[in-house]
Amino acid sequence: MSASSFQFVEGATSDLAFEAAGASLADVFQAAGEALLAATVEHPEAVAPRVVRSLHLTDTDRELLLLRFLNELIYLRDAEGLVLRPTRVACRDEPTLELTAALAGEPLDRARHGAASEVKAATAHALSLAQVGNAWRASVTLDV
Amino acid sequence: MGAPAGLIRSGPDEYELPLATRAGMHVPARIFASEKLLSEMDDQVFVQAANVARLPGIVGASLVMPDAHWGYGFPIGGVAAIDPRSGVISPGGIGFDINCGMRLVRTSLQWPEVAPRLHQLVDALAARVPAGVGSQGFVRLAPGELEDVLREGARWAVRRGFGSPRDLAYTEAGGCITGADPARVGRKALERGKSQLGTLGSGNHYLEVQRVHPDHVIDDELAGAFGLDQPDQVVVMFHCGSRGFGHQVATDYLDLFLRAMPAKFGLEVIDRELACAPFHSEEGQAYFAAMACAANMAFANRQVILHRIREVFCQVFERSADALGLEQVYDVAHNIAKLERHRLGGAERELLVHRKGSTRAFPPGHPELPAAYRKTGQPVILGGSMETGSYLLAGVASGAKSFYSTAHGSGRTMSRTRARKLVRGSKLREEMAARGIVVRAASERGLAEEAGVAYKSVDEVAKATETAGLSRRVARLVPVGNVKG
Repeated sequence: MSASSFQFVEGATSDLAFEAAGASLADVFQAAGEALLAATVEHPEAVAPRVVRSLHLTDTDRELLLLRFLNELIYLRDAEGLVLRPTRVACRDEPTLELTAALAGEPLDRARHGAASEVKAATAHALSLAQVGNAWRASVTLDV
Repeated sequence: MGAPAGLIRSGPDEYELPLATRAGMHVPARIFASEKLLSEMDDQVFVQAANVARLPGIVGASLVMPDAHWGYGFPIGGVAAIDPRSGVISPGGIGFDINCGMRLVRTSLQWPEVAPRLHQLVDALAARVPAGVGSQGFVRLAPGELEDVLREGARWAVRRGFGSPRDLAYTEAGGCITGADPARVGRKALERGKSQLGTLGSGNHYLEVQRVHPDHVIDDELAGAFGLDQPDQVVVMFHCGSRGFGHQVATDYLDLFLRAMPAKFGLEVIDRELACAPFHSEEGQAYFAAMACAANMAFANRQVILHRIREVFCQVFERSADALGLEQVYDVAHNIAKLERHRLGGAERELLVHRKGSTRAFPPGHPELPAAYRKTGQPVILGGSMETGSYLLAGVASGAKSFYSTAHGSGRTMSRTRARKLVRGSKLREEMAARGIVVRAASERGLAEEAGVAYKSVDEVAKATETAGLSRRVARLVPVGNVKG
C-alpha cells in the first residue's frame, strides 16, 4: 500500500474487510472513507463533489471514533441518499480525541456510479487502528 | 479451516467443544454438522462459539447450526439461550439486520403455465420490488406513521390494505412483536427507515420464483399440509429484513453497550461484537424494546413486498390473487432474540433465545403455531444460493436440544472478496440463463459475490439438520427466476 491507501482483504465470510493506511491519523480516516465509498459503488471515481457536508466528532477511543465516522457516512447514504468521500480530515489527539471532516459527493446515481453493496454497518469485528512505525494502519470489517 | 483438537462427537451429526476448551466458558459449545460441513467451517466459528459460551447467563450450550460460518461476535448460525433473570442481551447475537427473515408464498400455478411468461414475470418483479443500494420504497408514510409501523409491524401493513389477515396468521408472532417502544429508537434510525419500506436491500437478499418438482418432494404429507400439493407447483420465496432502520438500531446500541460494559456493569469485553448488557438493566430493556421495533419494521417490509408480488402476478397472469392461489406458507425470522418457554433440567423456564442466522423451528403441538400447522410442526424456510436451490423444512420434537432452532441457509464458504476474484457477474448471469435461471441483479459485483460456489451445499445442510434431529426435510425448491439487490 502507498502512504495513504486501502485494499480489500479476505476476512469474515459474509462481509467485506479492508485495510487502510496513512501517514497520519487523519490520512487513515480519509483512506477508510474512500474504502467505504469503493464498497458502495463500482465507480467511486465518478462521484462528483456537488454536495458538501461536514462532521465533527469527539471520543475517548480512537477505534470507536473510526467506527462512528464510517457509520455517519452510511447514515448519510440512507437518510439523504448521498454518496460522499472525505475531502479534508483533521484529527486532534489532545486534550480530547477530536475529528473534523469535510465531505463531498452527490446523490447516488446507480447508472453512473454503478451500485455495488449496501453496507449495513461498519462493525467492531477485528477492528484495529494503530501507529506502526511512521504509518497509521486500520483494519475494518463492513457488514454487507 | 477445520475442526479444532478437543472436539468430541456427541451424536449423529453432532459435536461438542467441552467446557475446558477455553477459560471462562459457562457451558460447552455444541456444533450440529456432518463431517463434510464441519471440515468446511472456518476456524473462527469454533473460537466464536467458545466466546459465546462465556456470556453471562448462558444455559445449555452455545449452539452452532450446520450452515454456520464466521460472523462477528457470534458465528452466523449461532444460538444462545440466556437466563433473563441473571444474564445479558447481546446485539451481536441478533445481527445488524434485525429480523432478517424468509417468507414463502405458494401459487396454484404449475411450471408449464409460468415458463412462457417467466421473463415478463421476473422483469415485472424487478421493476416493482426495489432492490440494491439506495433503493426507496413506494410507501409514503404520514408524519408519525413510522411509529405505528414500529409498534404494529405487519398488522399496520394489513390495516393499510397491503395484504389480508390470513397473511398475519401465517407469520411468526402474527407479524407483530410486543413490547416495541419507538421512544427507545434514535433519530438516525427513524431517518434511515422512513423511505425504505417495501425494499429488498442488497448482499444476500433476494426474491426468487421457484419450482417444486415432484422428484424434489421429500415428505408428501407435510408438503400437502403446507399447500404444496400440485405437481411442479410454482412458489415465491424472498429474503430481507429491517433495512437501514434495523442496522442503525444495532449500531447505536452496540456503541452504547460497549461503553457501559466495563464502566457501569463491570462486564469484561471478550470481543467487541459480543457487547452486551444485563437483560433487566435500563440499557438492556431499551435495546429489547428498540429491537422489537426493528423486528416489526421487517415484518411490515415483507408484508408490503408480498402485496407488490401479488400485484405483479395478477398483472402478468391476468387473474385475481385468489384465483392464482397466492397464499403465504409462512414468514419466519432468523436474526432475533425472543423470550420463550423451554424445558431445561426437568423444569420449564423462560429463556431469552438469541438466534443469529438460525431459524426457530417449533415442533408439532406447539401452542404458538397456527391451527393449520399444529400437527405438522412449524414450516422452516431454508434459503440456499441463487444457483442451487432452497428447502422447506419442518420443526420436530427432538429439536428441544437446540431450543427449537435450526439452520437458515446454505452458509458461505468464502469471503465476498474471494468470490469476486473467482467469478465475473456478467458471465455468471449468462451461465445461469443457460441453465434456465433468469436473473435480474442491481449490481454485477453483488451477483458475483453471491455465486453458488461461495456457498456450502444446501442439500448437505438440510440433510444434517434432519440427521441431527433439529428439523425434517419437506421439499427442495429450485430457482427459475431471481431478483437480487
